[in-house]
Amino acid sequence: MSTAVAEGKTWIGGNEPLKASYGKMMMWFFILSDALTFSGFLAAYGFSRFKFIDAWPIADEVFTHVPFLHGQELPMIYVAFMTFILIMSSVTMVLAVDAGHHLNKAKVTIYMFLTIIGGLIFVGSQAWEWATFIKGDFGAVQTKGGNILQFVDTEGHRVALSDFVVAGHRDRTEHERKNGLWFVNEGTLPTYTVEEVIHGLESHDNILVRTQLLTEEGEKTVLSRAESLEVLKANGKAVVEGANLHVNEYGSPLFADFFFFITGFHGFHVFSGVVINIIIFFNVVIGTYERRKSYEMVEKVGLYWHFVDLVWVFVFTFFYLV
Amino acid sequence: MAHEHKLEIFRGLWKFKSNKQKIWGVLAFLSFITAIEVVLGIYKPEGLMAKFLGMKLLNWIFIILTIVKAYYIAWDFMHLRDETKGLRRAVVWTGVFLILYLVFILLQEGGYVFRVYDEGFIKRDF
Repeated sequence: MSTAVAEGKTWIGGNEPLKASYGKMMMWFFILSDALTFSGFLAAYGFSRFKFIDAWPIADEVFTHVPFLHGQELPMIYVAFMTFILIMSSVTMVLAVDAGHHLNKAKVTIYMFLTIIGGLIFVGSQAWEWATFIKGDFGAVQTKGGNILQFVDTEGHRVALSDFVVAGHRDRTEHERKNGLWFVNEGTLPTYTVEEVIHGLESHDNILVRTQLLTEEGEKTVLSRAESLEVLKANGKAVVEGANLHVNEYGSPLFADFFFFITGFHGFHVFSGVVINIIIFFNVVIGTYERRKSYEMVEKVGLYWHFVDLVWVFVFTFFYLV
Repeated sequence: MAHEHKLEIFRGLWKFKSNKQKIWGVLAFLSFITAIEVVLGIYKPEGLMAKFLGMKLLNWIFIILTIVKAYYIAWDFMHLRDETKGLRRAVVWTGVFLILYLVFILLQEGGYVFRVYDEGFIKRDF
């Protein structure tokens, strides 16, 4: 009798030991699995970094640009700004959830809107960051072993290829689809050839080669004048300007690969977060949740949005700080 | 669905009157930590360059500060503080255990591959 009643209650549902709705719980378990995906990527980044621990690019030298401030070296500033934007949009999201608990439609609308704006600013910043990274700034030479040789002056300041190399005149026929393989396009060629870089180095006494090997103090090794010429002549294979999935003027190509992959995957999450936020925003505006007398959907999409912020905190640390 | 919030952080050291105030308080705290990270990242104090357990002291500080930030995002922004213990543990313990395991294995292996290169079995600098 009484056990039958208890059994009925226990086994036919209606029991909520975790006191969370099905949707919210499943959002949590999705977030858990997504967190494992991201940690897989970050751990793989750690693996590659430990593998090349004595030759990894220094993030401070790579990400030094801020929009509208050309030619100034401001490491970290812009990423810090992006981090702040994302945390800020997390805050407006919590405020939206809080307003939802009070069934205050007007406030939920405003805060959701601000959250979406924050997300868009972040994605835009990331696109700019990618563009700057792909374009590169100083240029370098890749050796036969796949290492990167960069150029510095005698005080150790970086020197761009364009400052000491003169591009020779070259006549060549460009490959076009109509007169060659129709399914292949010709890629962009670097501005200079390795011979021109060698010539430029020979004619400028104050320029030295810097390898990607790190010294005890954690700085890149600068070669002497004689060594510079010798290494460049013996090993120089290709001129690299900027970064893509094959080559990377900042150092190991893996650095660029992981940068594109991890920040790209995160940016994709932010983008989809913005899309979902917009959908929920319109649902708020047309009063779907007002009629339902529950803003739990805002809370669920909020969980996803905070997760995106949470992941960025780790990406920020492992890509830009450590 | 529970609407009550626990309105104190730092184990009751900092109490708030309303949930909204708590949100701003946590924001202030997170911004403060980010600011510390950025300042340390730009100036890189000499004293923190000493090695500790195979990594620079500065890097350990960054990682610990990151975990602190992650804790407050999850606990206060994602309301894990207000969920039942069961849900919290199902999510957090599972994640933490698997991530620590994965990170340990991969970093260990990465260090090993580095030593193989370093001890000259494979030539890389040419």
